[in-house]
Amino acid sequence: MSAQRIVVVGAGASGLSAAWWLARAGASVTVLDKGLVGWEASGRNGGGCSHYQSPLFKEEQRLWPQMDELLGYPTEFSPERIVMAVTPRQLEQYHYIAQMNNRLGHRVDLLDASQVREAVPLAGDNCLGGIHYRFGGHANPHRTVQAYAWALQDLGGRIVQHSPVTGFQTAGGKVTAVESTSGTYECDAVAIAAGPQTGALAVQLGIDLPLAAARAEMIVTEPAPMMKLGGVDGNGLYGRQTLRGNLAYGGGPHEWVEFGELGPATKPSTPLTRNLARRLAELLPGAAHLNVIRSWAGVIEMTPDGRPVIDRRENVTLCTMSGVGFGLSPASGHAISDLVLNGRCSFTDIDKLGLSRFDGIEADWREQRGWLAL
Amino acid sequence: MTARKIDPHAIDGKFPAPTTRYAVVVIGAGEAGCAAAVAAAQGGASVLLVDENPVSGSAIGNDVPWFFGARATTAVGNSGRMIETVFTNMPWLEAAIEAGVELQLGVCAWGVYRNGPLVGSLPGQVVGLADAERSWLVGFDRLVLATGARDLALPFPGWNQPGVMGAAALRMLVERYEAFAGRRLVILGSHDLGLETALLAHAKGLEVVAVLEVRGAPQGDPALLDQVKAAGIAIQCGVHPVEVQGGIDGVERLVLSDGSTLTCDSVVLAIGLVPMIELHDALNGARTFDPMRGGHIPQPDGAISAVGLCAGLPDTGFDHAAYRFDWLGALGGACGGDTIVCQCEEMTLADLTGVQPPRYLDRPPALQQRSLKTLLADGPANQDQIKRLTRTGMGQCQGRRCRDAVAMILAVESGTELSALPLATHRAPVRPLPLRIIADWEESEEMRTGWDVWMGIPTQWVPYADIGTPYEEENRRVLGGAMAL
Repeated sequence: MSAQRIVVVGAGASGLSAAWWLARAGASVTVLDKGLVGWEASGRNGGGCSHYQSPLFKEEQRLWPQMDELLGYPTEFSPERIVMAVTPRQLEQYHYIAQMNNRLGHRVDLLDASQVREAVPLAGDNCLGGIHYRFGGHANPHRTVQAYAWALQDLGGRIVQHSPVTGFQTAGGKVTAVESTSGTYECDAVAIAAGPQTGALAVQLGIDLPLAAARAEMIVTEPAPMMKLGGVDGNGLYGRQTLRGNLAYGGGPHEWVEFGELGPATKPSTPLTRNLARRLAELLPGAAHLNVIRSWAGVIEMTPDGRPVIDRRENVTLCTMSGVGFGLSPASGHAISDLVLNGRCSFTDIDKLGLSRFDGIEADWREQRGWLAL
Repeated sequence: MTARKIDPHAIDGKFPAPTTRYAVVVIGAGEAGCAAAVAAAQGGASVLLVDENPVSGSAIGNDVPWFFGARATTAVGNSGRMIETVFTNMPWLEAAIEAGVELQLGVCAWGVYRNGPLVGSLPGQVVGLADAERSWLVGFDRLVLATGARDLALPFPGWNQPGVMGAAALRMLVERYEAFAGRRLVILGSHDLGLETALLAHAKGLEVVAVLEVRGAPQGDPALLDQVKAAGIAIQCGVHPVEVQGGIDGVERLVLSDGSTLTCDSVVLAIGLVPMIELHDALNGARTFDPMRGGHIPQPDGAISAVGLCAGLPDTGFDHAAYRFDWLGALGGACGGDTIVCQCEEMTLADLTGVQPPRYLDRPPALQQRSLKTLLADGPANQDQIKRLTRTGMGQCQGRRCRDAVAMILAVESGTELSALPLATHRAPVRPLPLRIIADWEESEEMRTGWDVWMGIPTQWVPYADIGTPYEEENRRVLGGAMAL
């Protein structure tokens, strides 16, 4: 039997990981992207890999420590995280998160303020304590998406950049070819993991996938002295100290946005930079003198309940990670690959991520939530 | 009609209006910016004129915004005295004060913001300003960019030593700061910039050892050339540096392609100036590439305009781009694979063309097989992609030292016209600013209470196993719907 021909739409973390898993399983894979590899949210996020809320969590945790070896390229994965509080309310919330994780069998230790300061030299007198995830960690988003892309190529997979999808050919309810600006690609199955564009592509196939897009922002400082553990956040921020030493953090209010089917042409940041800087200076007072050298924004898509959709209709597998895709990508790619090839996820139950939960959703679901663009 | 429902964790309504606003804000108080400010004030407008000079000692150490090459004296650390010196050396500012312009020195502009594609949350057009103590936002009707031009730096062996610097930085230190630490200069480039630099140095009593020209003949205006010759300054043509030799204080000698050696303490790159379009580009303003005017230049963009060198160098019929590539070719020929290209991140020419990561990462065999050549097989050259993979241009100088050279190297290596290569993006803050200074310590109550670490969707972070169990409601109750924090 000749290899199955699979087209993956979207060269972000989820799509590239899926393509890599499919190629590992022997499929003939082509990835199409409207732009560059990992150029949207997949390459510009906080890099966290600690998603205890997800059914893909165990697979995420199993895979990250092996990813450099499996891919053959560095991801900058670094294990474990510390979340530190500078207000009593934060401490209460973090303690609840610790207790919840321990109930679920994920080890999280409580740290008092002096233990945090011992582990996080940049912490200040305002630190009230924290929690230490004995799992998870963080990686470098752009380096990781490029690693997926290169690993896929090493397995014979093909990536076609600057090639937005323009349509689908179908027969008997199944997609037989994907049309793009670079040509038409015949296929036995298709996986769509195109971020905010996933909804519009699904509509072309008669599938309603409710999504709204938002813009979120991050900042980065010049390098700080290396801490033993770079995965330090809290105070309403997510982020990390990179292996270079830079402090890269995001968080805070998002902006709901609208744009055309080719995605956002520009991703501006705003004076939210100043609010992020304040939060970071509060979190790590020992770094308050460090220069902020960049800010940036990314665009993510959200489902109405904020949870992912990984589901299959006929020979089309759809995936949106609802704005939490990078860290879970080793596992989401595995799940997508399973759905494409076998119709079901081989390693865990993902039934609650099905599309049918949005059947009959009100037409004005965005208005109801206040999720309209300004 | 019912009120529009607002997501409490979205940005809607969380940015307060700026407490100060002006009809016209001018960024840069050089002669062009000052003239624009005076004209606007004489027309009856309220005008704010800001200038980042004197920049701080730490900015000078980072070569922001000019390529100072560690040749400033310690006087730049005395900000009180510096501000007086700089003001004294900008005599045109008297006219601005007389015209009623509000003048602020030592104030940089680090970002311009307005509503447009993907942003609708701002209270009008604002410019972010900062001094040594704090940052703030100012509203404007019209913004005039008069930010000038910065130095083009090109790598060659030893260019990362103290004493290798740019012509614009030299002019600033000599004319405006009175704080130049060098004495014996070699100047690279004999076009107008190089000749003017030589005459300036000579007039200030510095020794100009030589002006070096890579082409076969001097390039600048004949009248300038006559002045340089009259001053007894040697111009050596058809020759270029191959190595800087130095000691603990930096440059001591410059070895040339003809085998000769020049003794000097500073090497001044006067090969070209690059219009400072950071603010305009960070705003995604429209621009064009004009090789006769120094590269990427801004196009008039609604309420935002540009004057002076940041609007483009004067078009004298000289192809600056071609000239710069001649220098790149010559200096590049002197480079080895181990020549540093990005000083901040210590990345070499071989790292760049090999698309290799920094040395804190291992380079496994598969990675070592990758290179710019393999990346170009996947798609057109893109400097931002190279930046993220190699970190060249990602350092604390915000890429000022190497971004232009890297773009030129990518253009050569990929066979792409420089004009067709996507400009590596500029991002606010376009000046490095400490967290404690750029921070908004007076943020709105709405910002404080509406803050969430990520989206604030109550169902998003409920553990999968807890969905549909009593724990789901407990999670919502304790975490306040999300992780509001």
